[in-house]
Amino acid sequence: MIARMTTTEFEAPQVEYGTVSPLLIVFGVALLGVLVEALVDRRRRYLVQSVLSLAGLAGAFAATVVVATGLTGRADGAAHGSVVAEGAIAVDGPSVFLWGTLLALSFTSVLLFAERRVDGGVTAFAGQAAALPGTEAERQASTRGLEHTEVYPLMLFAVGGMMLFAASNDLLTMFVALEVLSLPLYLLCGLARRRRLLSQEAALKYFMLGAFSSGFFLYGVALVYGYAGSTNLAAIAQAVSGRIGSQGLLLGGIALLAVGMLFKVGAAPFHAWTPDVYQGAPTAVTAFMAACTKIAAFGALLRLFYVAFGGAQRDWAPMIWIIAVLTMAVGSLFALTQSDIKRMLAYSSIAHAGFLLVGFVGLQQAADGSTISSLQSVLFYLVTYGFMTIGAFGVVTLVRDAGGEANHLSRWAGLGKESPVVAGVFAFFLLGMAGIPLTSGFTGKWAVFTSAAQGGAWPLVVVAVLLSVVAAFFYLRVIVLMYFSDPVGEGPTVAVPSILTTAVIAVAVAATLVLGVLPGPVLDLAGTAGAFVR
Amino acid sequence: MTTVNDFPFLTAAILLPLLGAAVLMGLPRRSGRDLPQVVALGVSLVTLALTAVMAVRFDPGGGFQFNEQHTWIAAFGAHYAVGVDGIGLTLVMLTTILTPAVIGASWRDGDPGRWSTNSFFAWVLVLEALAIGVFAATDVFLFYVLFEATLLPIYFLIGGFGGARRSYAAIKFLLYSLLGGLVMLASVIGLYVESSRAGAPTYLLSELSEIMADVDTATGRWLFVGFFIAFAIKAPMVPVHTWLPDVADEATPGTSVLLVSILDKIGTFGMIRFCLGLFPEASTWATPVVLVLAVVSVLYGGLVAIAQDSIPRLIAYTSVSHFGFIVLGIFVLNSQGQTGSTLYMFNHGLSTGLLFLVSGFLIARRGSRYISDFGGVQKVAPVLAGILLVAGLSSLSLPGLSPFVSEFLVMLGAFLHHYLYAVFAVFGIVLSALYILLMYQRTMTGPVRPEVEGMRDLGFREVASLAPLLALVVALGFFPGPLLDVIEPAVASTLEHVGAEDPGPTIEDAAADAEPTEGGDE
Repeated sequence: MIARMTTTEFEAPQVEYGTVSPLLIVFGVALLGVLVEALVDRRRRYLVQSVLSLAGLAGAFAATVVVATGLTGRADGAAHGSVVAEGAIAVDGPSVFLWGTLLALSFTSVLLFAERRVDGGVTAFAGQAAALPGTEAERQASTRGLEHTEVYPLMLFAVGGMMLFAASNDLLTMFVALEVLSLPLYLLCGLARRRRLLSQEAALKYFMLGAFSSGFFLYGVALVYGYAGSTNLAAIAQAVSGRIGSQGLLLGGIALLAVGMLFKVGAAPFHAWTPDVYQGAPTAVTAFMAACTKIAAFGALLRLFYVAFGGAQRDWAPMIWIIAVLTMAVGSLFALTQSDIKRMLAYSSIAHAGFLLVGFVGLQQAADGSTISSLQSVLFYLVTYGFMTIGAFGVVTLVRDAGGEANHLSRWAGLGKESPVVAGVFAFFLLGMAGIPLTSGFTGKWAVFTSAAQGGAWPLVVVAVLLSVVAAFFYLRVIVLMYFSDPVGEGPTVAVPSILTTAVIAVAVAATLVLGVLPGPVLDLAGTAGAFVR
Repeated sequence: MTTVNDFPFLTAAILLPLLGAAVLMGLPRRSGRDLPQVVALGVSLVTLALTAVMAVRFDPGGGFQFNEQHTWIAAFGAHYAVGVDGIGLTLVMLTTILTPAVIGASWRDGDPGRWSTNSFFAWVLVLEALAIGVFAATDVFLFYVLFEATLLPIYFLIGGFGGARRSYAAIKFLLYSLLGGLVMLASVIGLYVESSRAGAPTYLLSELSEIMADVDTATGRWLFVGFFIAFAIKAPMVPVHTWLPDVADEATPGTSVLLVSILDKIGTFGMIRFCLGLFPEASTWATPVVLVLAVVSVLYGGLVAIAQDSIPRLIAYTSVSHFGFIVLGIFVLNSQGQTGSTLYMFNHGLSTGLLFLVSGFLIARRGSRYISDFGGVQKVAPVLAGILLVAGLSSLSLPGLSPFVSEFLVMLGAFLHHYLYAVFAVFGIVLSALYILLMYQRTMTGPVRPEVEGMRDLGFREVASLAPLLALVVALGFFPGPLLDVIEPAVASTLEHVGAEDPGPTIEDAAADAEPTEGGDE
C-alpha cells in the first residue's frame, strides 16, 4: 500500500478515486462554484450557488454513505478501512463518521448562509467586501443590492479542507488540509454586512494568529521528520514505538504539532482568538466555524496523537491533562464575565473543547466492544456539540434591533415574553450545552467522562464535573435573563426567518432532543466506526 | 424482553400527568371558568386512583412489584426499568395524594404569575410525573436522569410564580441542586466503570448491588460519598440546607409543598435505595459522621426555626429538623429506625404539606408572611386557626396524629443504636413544640389586630383540599398498621443487605424469591 519511489523511473501515483470520492465531489463542486461566479448572471448567482452547494454536499454525503458501507465492517471495535492515495489519506471508520457529520452540519450551515429574510432581503454578507467601510462605494454596493456569492465556493473549499484534515494520514497532507480549511475561513470572517470593521478586525486577527500557529505546526512537522525520517503517520508510529533517534526531536515535534492543533480546536492557552473571531464574523460563518472546524480539528488531533504518537502516550498525556483542565477553567470562568452573546458562546465552545480533551486523554481502547472507547465518546460528543452550536447561533441571527443582530446580553432581557418560542428554543440549546439530562449535551458529557474514568483519569473527571457546574451557571444566567428579567428600553425584536433558518433550528432541536433521549443508534455508529486504521 | 405483571401501572402513572400537561399547554390561554384547574385536578385524581389500585394490589411481602424493564441505551447499560417495593410505593402514593391537594389549594396561585395559569398547572403535573418516575426507577441511570429532570419544573414554578426575589431563590436552588447532581454524576459514571469491569455495563439496581459487593472498599466509599452529597443537598441537611429557606420564602405555598414534601424526599429515599442498597460497607463506614450531621440538623433546624419571623422560613427550618430525624432513622441501621424513617417521610409530607398550605391561605389573606403582622386570627377565622393548630400539632408529633408514630420509632431506633444520639435528638422534639406553639400563639391568639379584622375564614374549596390530608393524619395516627405492613418487609430486606458481612442473602434474592422474573433481557 505504501509505495515508495525506489527506482528513478516515473510511477503514476495510485489514487483510489472511488474511496475518496466524497472529497473529490466537495472540491469539484467548489471549483464549479468559482466558474459560476465567472459565467452566470449576477442576479441568478445566489440561487445557482446555493442550490449547487446544497446539491454538492448532499452528493458528497451520499458518496460517504456508499464508502462507509464499502468498508469491511467489524463489530468488535477494531480498525477497518484502508490507507489510500499513496498513504496520504486514511479512509477508515472514524474518517467516514467525521465526513458524514461534517457534511450534515455544512449542509445546515449553507442554509444559514442563504438566509435573506431576517435582514430585509439581503444575506448577512457584505455587498462588496472591497469597498471600504463608511465610503460612498459601500453605500452604492448596498443600494445596488450587491452580494458576495463567492461565500459558497469558499465555504465548500473549507469543508473539503476539513474533511481532508480529519482523514489525512501524512503530516504534509495534514498541513495542506489545515491551510485549505483555514484560508477560506479567514476570508469568510471578514465578510460581514454589518459592523464591518469588527468583522475585518476579526478576520485579520484570525489570519495572523492562524498563520502563526501554522508556522508552529510546520516546524513540528520538520522536527518529527527529523526524528522519524518520514511524515507518514504509520512510519512515525513505528519509529516512536521503536524508540530510535533523539527523544528531544520527538518531544519538540509533538509539542509544536500540539500547539498548531490546539490552536484550531480553541484550547487554552491558545484560545485567545476565539472570542474576537466568533464575535466579529458573520453569525452564519461563526456557526459553521464553531461546529465544523472543531470537529475536523479534533478528528485530526485524535488521529495524530493516537496513531502517530500512540507509543509516546506517557510523554504527552500529562501535557493534555493540564491543557484540558486549563481549557475547561478558562472557558467556564471567562464565560461568566461576558456581556456579548456571541463571545459567551465562544467561551462556551472553549469549555466544550476542554470536555472533549477529557474524553481524548482517557485513552480508553475499546477492549471488547462492550464498553465505550475514548474515540467513540469524542466522536459522539462532536455530533451533539455540532448540532447544538449551529442551532444556538441560528437563534442568535434572529434576535435583532435596528443595528442588526442584538448581540449584547442586556438586549436579550425579557425575550421570553417577547417571543416565547425563540426564547424556549434557545433555552433548550443552553440547557443542552449545560448538560442537563434528556438533552444531547448530557449524553455527550456522560460519554466523554465515562471513557475518561474508564481510562483511569478520575481526577480529571472530578474537575470536569465541578467546572460543569460553573459552566451551567453562565448558561442559566442567560435563561434567567430571558425569562425572569424585564426588557430594557423597547426590547429586542425577533425577526421571522424564512424556511431556511427555521429548518436549521428545527433540525438542531430535533437532534439535541433525540440524541439526548435515544442516543443509542448514533452512539453505536460511533462505536462501529472502530479505531483509526494504521 | 420485558417482565410485566399485567398492566404497566407505573408507566401509566408517569405518562398520565405528562399527557395532562400537554393538554394544558394546548388549551387556549384565557379559557375562562377555571378550565386549566379543572383539567389538572381531574388528571391528578385519575392518577391517584391508578396508584390506589396499585396499592390495593400490592403484596407487602412480595419485594419489588409492578416491574417493567426495557433496554434503553445499550451502550450505557441503561434501561427503562421501573418497579416499587414498600418504600417506593409509599412515596409514590404520597406524591399522588399531595398533588391534587396542591392543585386544589393553589387554584388561583397561577394567575398572577409571569406566565399563564395553564403553564403553572402543566409544570405541576410534569413534576408529579417525574417524581413518580424517580421513586419507581430501578435503574440508576434512569433515576439520575429523572432526578435531574425534576429540577426544571420546580425551577420554573419558583421563578415564574413566586414572590419578589423568586429569581434569586430559583437560581440558588438550581445551582445547589446541579452541584449535587453533577457530583452524583461522577459516582454514576463510577458505577458504569465498575460494572463494565465486572462484565457487561449495566445500571440495573438488581445487578449493580451484586456487582458492588465485590468492589474494593476505597472505590465503594468514594462512590458512596458522591451519592451522599447529592442526597444531602436534596434532603436538605445542615450545612447544605441554605437554599431551602430562601426558596420557601419566595415560592407559592403549593410549590413549597411539591418541593419539600415530595422532591426533598428523593434525598432520603435515595439514601435508602442507593446509598444503603449499593454501598452497604461504605454506609456502615460513614454512619458516625452522618448521624452527627443528622443530629446537628435536628437541633440547628429547630433552634433557627424558633427565631424566624417569616412563616414559610419557619416551616422550612422545621423541615430541616425533620429531615435530620429521617436521616437519623435511616443510618442507625436497625428496623425500628428505618421503618420509622420511611413512615416519617410519608407523614412529614402530609403534615408539612398541611402547614405550608394553610399558612399560605393565611398569608394570602393578610398580604404578609411575617408572624409579627398577625394576632388574634382565631377569633375571626376559627376554621383556619383550627386547621393550623392540627397541622402544627402533627408537625410537633402529638400522640394520636400520624407523625408521632414515626418519630417514636426513629427515637427508638436511635436509642438502640447508641443512647447518646437519642439523648441529643430528643431536644429536637422539645424545640418543635416551642417553634410551633410560639408561632400559633403569636398569630392566632391574643387581641385581634386591626389589619386582621374582617379576615375571611376558609372557603369550601380550601377546606376541601385540606380535608383529605387532615383525615389521613388522624387516621394514620391511630392505625399506622396498614402502612407499616407495607414498609416493614422492604426495610427488612434493605437491612439484610446492609448487614450481610459475608456474601449472604441480598435484596434481590428476597425479591426473586417472592416474585420470579423472567431473567435479564440480554
